[in-house]
Amino acid sequence: MLADEDRIFTNLYGMGDCTLAGARKRGHWDGTAGLIKKGQDWIVNQVKESGLRGRGGAGFPTGLKWSFMPKNSDGRPHYLVVNADESEPGTCKDREIMRHDPHTLIEGCLIAGFAMNSKVGYIYIRGEYIREKELLQAAVDEAYDAGLLGRNACNSGWDFDLYLHHGAGAYICGEETALLESLEGKKGMPRMKPPFPAGSGLYGCPTTVNNVESIAVVPTILRRGATWFASFGRENNTGTKIFAISGHVNSPCVVEETMSISMRELIDKHCDGVRGGWDNLKAVIPGGASVPLLPKSLCDDAIMDFDWLRDHQSGLGTAAVIVMDQSTDIIKAIWRLSKFYKHESCGQCTPCREGAGWMMRVMDRFVSGKADIEEIDILLQITKQVEGHTICALGDAAAWPVQGLIRHFRNEIEDRILQAKLSA
Amino acid sequence: MLRRFHHTQPDGFEFSKENLKWARDQIAKYPSGRQVSAIIPLLWRAQEQEGWLTKPATEYVADMLGMARIRAYEVATFYFMFQLQPVGTIAHIQVCGTTSCMICGAEDLITVCKERIATKPHQLSPCERFSWEEVECLGACANAPMIQIGKDYYEDLSQKSFEALLDDLFTNRKPIPGSRKGRFSSEPQTGVKCLAEYENGKAKFSPAVSLAQMEGDQ
Repeated sequence: MLADEDRIFTNLYGMGDCTLAGARKRGHWDGTAGLIKKGQDWIVNQVKESGLRGRGGAGFPTGLKWSFMPKNSDGRPHYLVVNADESEPGTCKDREIMRHDPHTLIEGCLIAGFAMNSKVGYIYIRGEYIREKELLQAAVDEAYDAGLLGRNACNSGWDFDLYLHHGAGAYICGEETALLESLEGKKGMPRMKPPFPAGSGLYGCPTTVNNVESIAVVPTILRRGATWFASFGRENNTGTKIFAISGHVNSPCVVEETMSISMRELIDKHCDGVRGGWDNLKAVIPGGASVPLLPKSLCDDAIMDFDWLRDHQSGLGTAAVIVMDQSTDIIKAIWRLSKFYKHESCGQCTPCREGAGWMMRVMDRFVSGKADIEEIDILLQITKQVEGHTICALGDAAAWPVQGLIRHFRNEIEDRILQAKLSA
Repeated sequence: MLRRFHHTQPDGFEFSKENLKWARDQIAKYPSGRQVSAIIPLLWRAQEQEGWLTKPATEYVADMLGMARIRAYEVATFYFMFQLQPVGTIAHIQVCGTTSCMICGAEDLITVCKERIATKPHQLSPCERFSWEEVECLGACANAPMIQIGKDYYEDLSQKSFEALLDDLFTNRKPIPGSRKGRFSSEPQTGVKCLAEYENGKAKFSPAVSLAQMEGDQ
């Protein structure tokens, strides 16, 4: 188990003092000005060397992303935007940072803002997180009052303003360009890329969008060193990571652990095991709704990191682990995700707008068994026609869970169809 | 998804004095000429003031931000948190129904809503004080199943504890938000397995629940 002294989020459960004084006692905001005075290149290089990969789902190297921002301003302001639109089903990790350890994020924003020549940052928090917004806003106000934000923030010589902005219940706004559209006051419909946000993002200015956790870990990485962070996890999958485990475990929870922890250790040590024991496990969705599920046979040896899960046709995503035991109607569980994606498709691209509905309706009939065996392959074909044919990844995200179901539980769908035919 | 404004609309809308000042502060967060950015927060505040989002309120906000009204209609109908029809005056209960909550019993909660509030989502109860809907993932999956009422999350529910919560609401008592299984926040129910040093010093309620309790006292 990760030792407490190696945890970045030492107030994850909110049991300690959440105020600035409490955060300082736990070591945050320590020598921040000194870190900033080491310069932009030093910060970006440290983040690169730490091997930090984006914590929002895609796992793109954070330091590399930062280095895409123009080195010199052409007169346009640079923006840092924090994606706090945590909406991926199964995911509830950034929530704990924002309501219980908000100063990790605020300090991270100042440092990241400086590293990318940005004097203004926006945190886009999902609309439903109202208490989280209030708690985070209180922490931002505290930081302003203490001179940690604003002019000459934290005596670093850098001016930095940080604003909170909220959405209103659209999953699609977690997609970075849809988030920018929404922040500009429009419907959250993703933009074509290129141009990428680093060239033309918020208000047409160079912008970097990062996940809450990616930003919040940076100050500790800089203080303790890139090699410390890189000492956790396997190569190319370094660091500590917040996992959120839900579903059929004895004690669901949110916990920070080392990257590349085995799935079984994560579930057994932190969640008191699968309900009814490990052998009662049926399947696990290891990284939020959009990644394909893993059947128990793969879970036995599963390693929770980007590369292992990708090599086994799934993904780490947001590290939101949804555990399903033998009592689960797996077809219905995935049908519910299809319903989610149908509900949340923004309607811009035809393959996603129409395809998500088709997929849900076919899945609907698979749940009751009122379908033909041949329709399994027809559904698979539909998923292939949606995947990769849309502006953003929501189309892919709608297709993958269904593909995972057919890949690993085709016999269960067939059985149900045959059963329904027999009893008809 | 097709969403329209309600067929019956009030005559007009104006922000209260406090909300008007608040709205001006919000607009100041964005660069000059970019005041349209403030539309979601302003529409949300309008909804908080009225209980649901009316067409006159949407138009008022559009005019205030100097934008075409059709652009404001687009925003109002695109984002699901905007309630385009009247909701229960005491509580609009939003039950998370997505997979994590579903496999932990959210369907039982929906059955209770149908029996005790209204047979259909978005339909007012006979007394017009309550309404409900199934919503997509609210991001509290480690505390499934859960619901949202107003600003607060009520977590780790069962059919029984949800019924008790409704009993409170029906008799004008405000239930305490948070876990119904005695959890502080999202730690394992059997006790923390890390960061134990903070456990003894913890407050009675988690920070989010404390906020709700403080508001309740006012």
